Amino acid sequence: MSNLEMPFAVLPRTTATTGLTIPIPLPEAERKGLTKKEISADHPTWCPGCGDFSVLALYFKLIEKRKLIHEKITTVAGIGCSSRFPYFVQAHGAHYIHGRALPFASGVSLSRPDLHVFVFGGDGDAFSIGGNHFTHTARKNIKLSYLVMDNNVYGLTKNQTSPTSPLGYKSKTDIWGSKDRPINPLKQAITAGATFVGRTSATNPNHLLQMMEAAMDHDGFSFIQCLSECVEFHPGAFDNSTPRKGGKFELVPASHDVTDEYAAYKLAEELSPGLFGIFYQTNRPTKNANEQGIIADHQAKVAGLEPWQILQKNFDRMK
Amino acid sequence: MSAVADSGQAAGGQPPVTKVSEAVIRIAGNSQDGIQAIGGFLARLAGRSEQEVMTFMTIPSTISGGPSIFQVRIGSGEVLSAGDEADMLLAFYQHSYDSHLSSLKLGGIVLYDSDHVTEFKPENLEKFRHVPVPISGATVEAIGGTGRDKGKNVFSLGLLARIYDLDVEKLKKLVTERFTGKDPKIAETAITAFNGGYSFQLQHLLKSYQLEHSQKKIGRPQVVMNGNEAIAYGLIAAGVRFGAGYPITPWSDIMELLRRELPKYGGSFQQCEDEIASISMAIGASWGGRVAVTGSSGPGISLKTEALGWASMAEMPLIVVDVQRGGPSTGMPTNIEQSDLNIACFGGHGDSPRVVIAPATVEECFYAAIEAVNIARKFSTPVVFLTDQGIATRIEAFPEPDLKAICQDISPDLSPVAEHKPYDLTAPDGITRHLAPGTLVASGKYPVVTGLEHDELGHPTGSPKLHLQMTAKRRNKLKKLAAELPRPTVYGASEGQVLLVSWGSAQGPVREAVDRFRSLGDAVSAVHVKYINPLPEGLDEIFKGFRHIFVVELTDEGLYGYGQFGAVLRARYCDPKIKGITKVDGLTWKVKEIIDRVRAGIGAANQAALNA
Repeated sequence: MSNLEMPFAVLPRTTATTGLTIPIPLPEAERKGLTKKEISADHPTWCPGCGDFSVLALYFKLIEKRKLIHEKITTVAGIGCSSRFPYFVQAHGAHYIHGRALPFASGVSLSRPDLHVFVFGGDGDAFSIGGNHFTHTARKNIKLSYLVMDNNVYGLTKNQTSPTSPLGYKSKTDIWGSKDRPINPLKQAITAGATFVGRTSATNPNHLLQMMEAAMDHDGFSFIQCLSECVEFHPGAFDNSTPRKGGKFELVPASHDVTDEYAAYKLAEELSPGLFGIFYQTNRPTKNANEQGIIADHQAKVAGLEPWQILQKNFDRMK
Repeated sequence: MSAVADSGQAAGGQPPVTKVSEAVIRIAGNSQDGIQAIGGFLARLAGRSEQEVMTFMTIPSTISGGPSIFQVRIGSGEVLSAGDEADMLLAFYQHSYDSHLSSLKLGGIVLYDSDHVTEFKPENLEKFRHVPVPISGATVEAIGGTGRDKGKNVFSLGLLARIYDLDVEKLKKLVTERFTGKDPKIAETAITAFNGGYSFQLQHLLKSYQLEHSQKKIGRPQVVMNGNEAIAYGLIAAGVRFGAGYPITPWSDIMELLRRELPKYGGSFQQCEDEIASISMAIGASWGGRVAVTGSSGPGISLKTEALGWASMAEMPLIVVDVQRGGPSTGMPTNIEQSDLNIACFGGHGDSPRVVIAPATVEECFYAAIEAVNIARKFSTPVVFLTDQGIATRIEAFPEPDLKAICQDISPDLSPVAEHKPYDLTAPDGITRHLAPGTLVASGKYPVVTGLEHDELGHPTGSPKLHLQMTAKRRNKLKKLAAELPRPTVYGASEGQVLLVSWGSAQGPVREAVDRFRSLGDAVSAVHVKYINPLPEGLDEIFKGFRHIFVVELTDEGLYGYGQFGAVLRARYCDPKIKGITKVDGLTWKVKEIIDRVRAGIGAANQAALNA
């Protein structure tokens, strides 16, 4: 069986060829940024008044402002109302399965260092079904930005208790009021080893954009909890942090040392209404950088060899 | 041990040398005795001597201690299985002796450690030739007495080298290579132990043996490895540069090897927090533009099935290796079974077509891994690479592949395109093509990949028409693949009484059973199926030539008595001749078992015909 035929040899990429000509793209520095019109796709399926609209609008704004181009970004999500996000963005995107957006995005981030991966999701996706992945993506410090639109309820499945639903919240699965202690996403993130932990609200566009920019610029796993009201099932959830509804949008004090993990943890204790801004930020080598380091070390040892020659060395040892 | 010619009394008072065409040696001890190492040396020696070799091992699922065996069959002709009965048993302990004496053929040699094996039944002393060696004591004497039980294995290798007149220089070179590390003394000690065994004066041995020279003229040197190694190297040759996994026996070796090797090629393998994360990460990397690999064994495969469904729906190329073990649940983690066939073909929710390929030999693990990658790419589909514990751990020698010709580059093509619809329903070949993210699309319309039913660009749809069309698209591409697959061929005559159908690692013992049947004048043939899903064309034509069809597989017979693959073939061909020969004792097929079961099966069928 030594001369096995190898059927199904590799094919070149085939793409539809119509009258459109393929332009030679300008160098990135000379490009105009994408416009909102160019970057928006399907009309969102969210309910009127949903906080997620604001997040989408500011993602467009971020892309416009920072002149991000299609060749450099991807948008990834899991399952939930907020996770429909990639359909609304005219860019390479992936809508994956419930709770697993982070490992999917990690696969993109680790294998394609040329792309910035933005991951969007909700509280159920992030902290319940995907809780394990949240912890491990944070501790490994995989380079990507994760924005969780936290509405304290399961919206897409129509009003069940979520891991961040407050005590006493009445849902279809807790008609007498939730009795389970809710997760504190910020403390969870800090404990897990996230290197960027921020908090914002869909009701404060300027602050939301600031947080998104800071998260994008962070070299590592950047996590933002963005309060995003579910007007259908959990209306008024965040009124106490919404000034136009009589609440107080209070920033993390300027005196807070964002590299102080314990101080950040303390600041994150009370989340209703809680504070807004960057709670914690530190620089720790990313998984991406560590892997590139391992690759560089190994490749130095086989410098100048073709892949088949590297493999040949292993086979020579097995003779 | 098929003796061919006695050469009579050898010179120098040594026992006479008998030429043999093959030898089956079973080494039984505990898992920490390094008996796998002895087997490994013998296998590699065979590889370097252009002989065929196949091994079989059992290891306990505990970390340290527990009985373990390693059986090696070396032959000058074709070696199809690890052998039903051993010519030689090397027993380190009383329990090894007691448990494995029955694996020895009548008149076979049991070489035992007389420091540990002290009780014998008189009838056994008559049936088998007993050769005592104080292996523990003599090893300590040979290497200076500090190593406790260390070195017994290499000492024993020396004994075997003497008995089988093995190429001492080649063996010493292998031993030296194996033990040359930081401390040169270790290799020196190993050689001392080897010499101790080789020069030990064996009592009670009436003759020694010499393996005939191989008839093979392959012209290329042989490489020696196990199935898991062959898969990992095959994937590297195929151009895979990213993978993710979670530890589980017997898959872990593949991930360890890829973790170690991929960085040399600019790639990486990630150990994840769980099985779901690992398939998800691999899918993410596949979407990133280059087919990635994940893998596991049964329990982990169950966890991956939701994500596998996504890969079917989004039509994402992906390799999922399933190294089967005894199931269900934790089952028999270090034993062989083929009972993941159903989950590999059908596991998951909804109609989620995927490709399933099952290699039969270690060599095929290497080539089929490349083929799996190419099928995944060409048909934009997940491929389950279905192997098993037996093939994963067994060592074979095969002609070194022409790596220069085989290795391929499958880096993503990121050059801009005019426009692109991944799920184009009008594509002439009907097959989905994805663009890697980062590709500029001039039309400004970007594709999305999704688990929702979708339109041609990947955007969600609730349209009944699109769901029908897309479901058909996902199904039809596999039908197209089926039409392109090589047709299976019959081993033996194309017409006869009995056709044995095998898949996966059952191929070797089934072929050996056919050889034995035919040598007795029975009209038995075999067909081996490598592509489990979709099935290739032409099996029905082959089935027509036989009165009885038995599917030989390591699954339970199931509620309806056909076994897992048998049931698939019955559903596919509606042929009542198809019957199952199944078992789940956690061990590979013995040729004799197959022969007995075929005879019993024909007897039952004839009886049924008489009664009808």
